[in-house]
This record gives sequence, structure tokens and C-alpha cells, in this order.
Amino acid sequence: MTDLYQTQRAMRTLRRTAIQRGVVAILDVGTSKIACLVLRFDGYESQADSDGVGPMAGQSTFRVIGAATTRSRGVRFGEIAVMNETERAIRTAVQAAQKMANVRVDHVIACFSGAEPRSYGLAGEWELQDSVVSEQDVARVLAACDVPPLGEAREVLHAQPVNFALDHRTGLGDPRGQIGNRLACDMHLLSVDASVIQNLLYCINRCDLELAGVASSSYVSGVASLVEDEQELGAACIDMGGGSTGISIFMKKHMIFADAVRMGGDHVTSDISKGLQVPLAVAERIKTKHGGVHATGMDDREMIEMGGDSGDWEKDRRQVSRTELIGIMRPRVEEILEEVRGRLDAAGFDTLPSQQIVLTGGASQIPGLDGLASRILGSRVRMGRPLRVQGLPQAATGAAFSAAVGLCLFAAHPQDEWWDFDIPTERYPARSIKRALRWFKDNW
Amino acid sequence: MQSLARIPLRRDPAPSRWSYRMQRLWLTPLFRLLCRVGLPGLVVVLVAALVLMDQGRRAAITGVFSHLTEQFQARPEFRVNLMSVEGASPELADAVRARLGVKLPVSSFDLDLLALRAKAEAMDAVAAAELRVRSGGVLQVTITEREPMLVWRKDDARIEMLDASGHRVAALAERADRPDLPLIAGEGADAAAVEALALIDAAGPLLPRMRGLVRMGQRRWDMVLDRDQRILLPAENPVPALEALLALNTADDLLARDLTAIDLRDPARLVLRLSPHALTEARRARGIIDKTAKTESSL
Repeated sequence: MTDLYQTQRAMRTLRRTAIQRGVVAILDVGTSKIACLVLRFDGYESQADSDGVGPMAGQSTFRVIGAATTRSRGVRFGEIAVMNETERAIRTAVQAAQKMANVRVDHVIACFSGAEPRSYGLAGEWELQDSVVSEQDVARVLAACDVPPLGEAREVLHAQPVNFALDHRTGLGDPRGQIGNRLACDMHLLSVDASVIQNLLYCINRCDLELAGVASSSYVSGVASLVEDEQELGAACIDMGGGSTGISIFMKKHMIFADAVRMGGDHVTSDISKGLQVPLAVAERIKTKHGGVHATGMDDREMIEMGGDSGDWEKDRRQVSRTELIGIMRPRVEEILEEVRGRLDAAGFDTLPSQQIVLTGGASQIPGLDGLASRILGSRVRMGRPLRVQGLPQAATGAAFSAAVGLCLFAAHPQDEWWDFDIPTERYPARSIKRALRWFKDNW
Repeated sequence: MQSLARIPLRRDPAPSRWSYRMQRLWLTPLFRLLCRVGLPGLVVVLVAALVLMDQGRRAAITGVFSHLTEQFQARPEFRVNLMSVEGASPELADAVRARLGVKLPVSSFDLDLLALRAKAEAMDAVAAAELRVRSGGVLQVTITEREPMLVWRKDDARIEMLDASGHRVAALAERADRPDLPLIAGEGADAAAVEALALIDAAGPLLPRMRGLVRMGQRRWDMVLDRDQRILLPAENPVPALEALLALNTADDLLARDLTAIDLRDPARLVLRLSPHALTEARRARGIIDKTAKTESSL
């Protein structure tokens, strides 16, 4: 864990240099598509002349100057399965985005959806030595959180302090400088499979890029598609991707839970392919063109040509009614939603005061999904689209790009993570110069 | 039944590793600048250097240009056929022509008017020269001559004429050639020519009697009159002293008396030097010596 901790620290400095240089790439490595956006940060001066509407959550500090998507290859369940195929796909996307932006990008912030994320809530307490909370105290209370056994080959992807409490006051965002005796903190920790991050790092390094940050796509799509009050009051974001469906629960503008179901739109496609005996490409086309989850009487009469070039006339001229198609799709979609329901129940979502559910991601565009989802997940379901950011092409504003857009916001306004805070003095190696300096700083 | 047409190979949309790298390299600003400006510049410089490395080619290129300029300068519009010297006496004009030494006809581009002017003005008799290439191919030299104001007997052999500022104008063979000009003599007299002219102006009624001015010790003037009379003028303010003497002369007719010198050097006291005869007579008149004694050789 210390290894990735160091890596995350290094990535944080890399991101700082990238933002100083002004150009950073966003890479969403998904199962069905790989999206690459190139962001240009133009400082805070340019937003001064905006009249009327002020900067929306500080988004006007960056602008999307290049965007490209390519069909993903070698990615299954949101994890990299075939390295060189994925590397080629990343290269394609990055090159196209660079070409559009007409600028060279060296730093990339990536997100992925799979790797079996597991969420842990940690709590730590610290008795303050003098009554004012200092940065060292914050570091110590974070260090005091006892980390649960993560399991074999697991790494910490996110470790965000969610809440600070000082004596009896809770809900503090920044306790520094406040006066009290006992500092407590709650931390949300997300662990993922180490090998997935390793593979992603390897692929990105093979593309001559440097990874300046990594995030879970269920987290960043929540950042993009939940509006401010939903994030504040509590809501769940369901990011239905190609190979996996990410779940993230937000409360008081912090992610408090994240999980992923290893099922997504690709499974629906493969069901259609198997059920109708058509190739995957045709199944995908039929799904996007005629798919749905609610059959009506009209759908019995709507016949869909399946086509094919087997040479057998009977096989190539087959037709299927839309009702049959819906009959294939619906059980799988229901299964995914049931699974999501199970995860949400396990997380205790039904105890939250507000139980808003936002569906986003490419597979959420099935017509009628909101009706089905409200039947399974609860009444307050809405379809979510990512926030609009400056310069994003029209083609990339759909629900399928919520993770990419969320990653842009994440790049511009990163959440404080565990590794952004100071290291407690005790944790430095015994002979470190930093430790000596820290001692001087603390004592004089 | 499988289609017999060749199944086209699925094109891989991914760029190869090298093309990806090349594109990234091309997007690097410094590299782009180098390729777009540096490389063509280098090629141009290289080609120019290769072409100019050969001595003969370099000479040919310069030859073409010099030939062109020569051709242009030799056109009749720029040719100077005539030199006219104005404002000078014929002898001086000839001297100026000889001095300038311009071989006509000549292109006006080849005339260095400043140098020619300096050359003309280096002549003693020329106070100022003005050179101009007039239309019609005429080099006009307008000369302002120095006007001789004084004759300076430099030493026994040489007589020179000076202008008002004391600059040499020309040599003179005989004093009698210019009897109209006053004569000065002595070493360093030319440097004080202005003062000499002022003295001569002030001398007024003495002029018919004056033979000349002599510079004494490069410091002060002696005015020499006929009958070997000398007026010793002070080094400072000689003109007021002379004017005072003239006033005295008008009153007492001093200069008509038998004096050899009037010493004005001490402004507090006028000193007269009498001729021997006059001295004797004066003493006799005062009764200092016997009235009957002979004057000659007794003093």
C-alpha cells in the first residue's frame, strides 16, 4: 500500500505540473469505448469578464480543446485484458484528440470502471496536544484510521476524508485552526485490484504518456451527473457502462460508497446475439436502434430485419418483432438493476434521507429504462446527463460520456485525498532530513 | 456458401507506434519551429556557402554587380564634362584647376565633392570653396578668395601677403608690387595681424608718415615712422595708447619734434628719447651745459 501511496503522491505533483503547463489529457478506458479529451487550463484571469452567469463550479477555468473516441479493444468488465490491443486503442484515441487540439499532451488522467472496487468506511481519533488543530494533527488523525485488511493484491484507489469531528461538533470540512480536544475523522477508502492499475500504468507508459492521476469511473460519473443538491443531500449514481455498472453514493458532496456490478450493456448485446443467432455487431445495431424494455401492442407489429450473409435465404431473411427483442433484453436489464439494488441495500442506501437515483452511462439510454428502474430501485429515479463543460463537442455530451466529463471536473477540482495531507512526523524514516526539518518547524 | 470475393483485410485504425511518436514529435512546438524555420534556413545558408566557396564564382557575381553599376554610372546623364571656376582671378582659377586635378569627362558618381572641397580650401589663397555639379554636366567651383590686407616681411628674403585674419595669401616678390598695403615685420607678426590692422586704422593722421609696424619679441608692436622715429606700443591695449599719443600730438605737435622714440609701454608715464642734437640743445637751454659748447661728440 505504501507503494501506491508514493505513486499517488507522485501523480499529484505530476498533475500540478500538468496544470501549470496548461494541457492535460483525460482518458476514459471503458469496455465499449475509449474516450480521450484534451483540456486546456487557462488560469483564472479569463473568467473575470464573464457577465451574468458566473463560473459554474469553477469549470470555466478549463476548456476541452480536443476530443476523440474509439471503439475499445481488449478491455473486459472495465479491466484491461489484452494489453497491446488496449494500448493501440489508447494510442488511436490520444492521437486523434491531439490532432484535434493541435497540441502535444504528456500527462494523462485516467479512469476505469472495473477492478472490483470495494468500499470501506474508516474512522480515526486523535487527542490534540495543544487545543488548536494543526496540519500535523490532521495528518495524525488520518494516520490513526485503522485500515481493514484489504486482501491479497489490493490497492487503495481513493482514500478521501469525508468528515471531521471536533469534540461534539461534526460535519467540519476543514478543522485546521479550530479549538477542541479530540479530533475524529471519517474516511472513505476504495480499494481495487492492484493488477488492473498496473496494467493501465503499463499501457499508458507504452504510449509515451505519464499518468497524472487515476480515478474510479463510478466516482467521476457521479461527480459529473449528480447536480449539486443531489450531491449534498444524498444520491446514488448508477453508471451503466458496457462491461460493468458502477454505483456511487454521494452525501454532503463526498462519495461515501462505491461499487461495481460486473454486468453492463455488452451482456445485453451478447444475449441478443445468442438469442437471435446474429453476429455481435448486428446485435449491437439492433439493440441501439430498436431496443427497449417495455413492450406494447404496437411492438408486436414492428418487425425488425436481421439480415446476414450466410447465403441461406431462409436465415438471411429472418425477421423478429420488437416484442421478442424486448423479451430478450428485459430480463438482463432487470438482472443488472436487481444486482444494483442488492448492492445499494447492502450499503444501506435505504437509510439515507434522500434516495435519489441517477442513471447514466451508455447503457442507460435504452428507451423506457427509467420506468423499469423506478419499479426496481425506487420511485425517485431520473436519467442523468453529464454537466456541460466548455468546448465539449456535441457528440460527446451524451450520457455515455459522464465518466469522461466527470474526470475533467476531477482534474480541475480534485477532492482532497489522504496522500494530499502531510505525513505525520513519526512516520518519516528515522534518519530523514525531512524529519529533522519538521522537528525544527514544530519546535520553533 | 462462402462469398468468393476476397474478404478485405480489416484495416487497423490504430496508428503504429512510430507514426504515433512522429505525430507527437511534430506537435512539439520547438521541433516544429526547428523544422519550419531552422531547416530551410540551414539549407539556404548551406547552398549559399557551397556556391560562394569557389573564388571564380564569387568574382563573377561581384563582377556582374560592379559592371551593372559602372554601366549605370557611365550614362551621359551623369557625365561631367566641364569645370567652371568662379569668383577667382584667372591665375588663381588655373591654380585651383591644377590643384583639384579632375580629369574630365568624369561620372558624377566618381566625384568626391567633399574631398575636392577640402583640397581647394587647403590652398592659401582660397578662403572658402563651394563645389556643385550643375545640370548640363558642369562642375561649378565657386571660390571666395582671400583678400590681402597686409604685407609681411617675414625675414630679409621673403615677403608675404596676409589677409585680415593673418592667414597667408601669397608670396610677394617685391614690396613695391603692392605699395597700397601696409607693411608689418617681425617674427610672429602674422599671428597678431588683427591687432596690427586695428593699429593702422587708429593711426589715421600718422599714416602718411608711417613706414610699418614691427612685432617685437612676439609680444608687442613698434610703429616705425619716417625720420627713424619709433613709437613703442605697450603689449596690452596698444590702440588706446596710440590714440592718447595722437591726442598729444594734436596738442603739442609732438611727433614733429626731434625725437627718435616715444615709449608708451608704461601707461603711467610717457618716455621720450631725443636725438643727440636735440638732447644737447635741451640741456643747453636749461643751462646744464655751457651754451657755447659744441654739440657734437660731447655726449
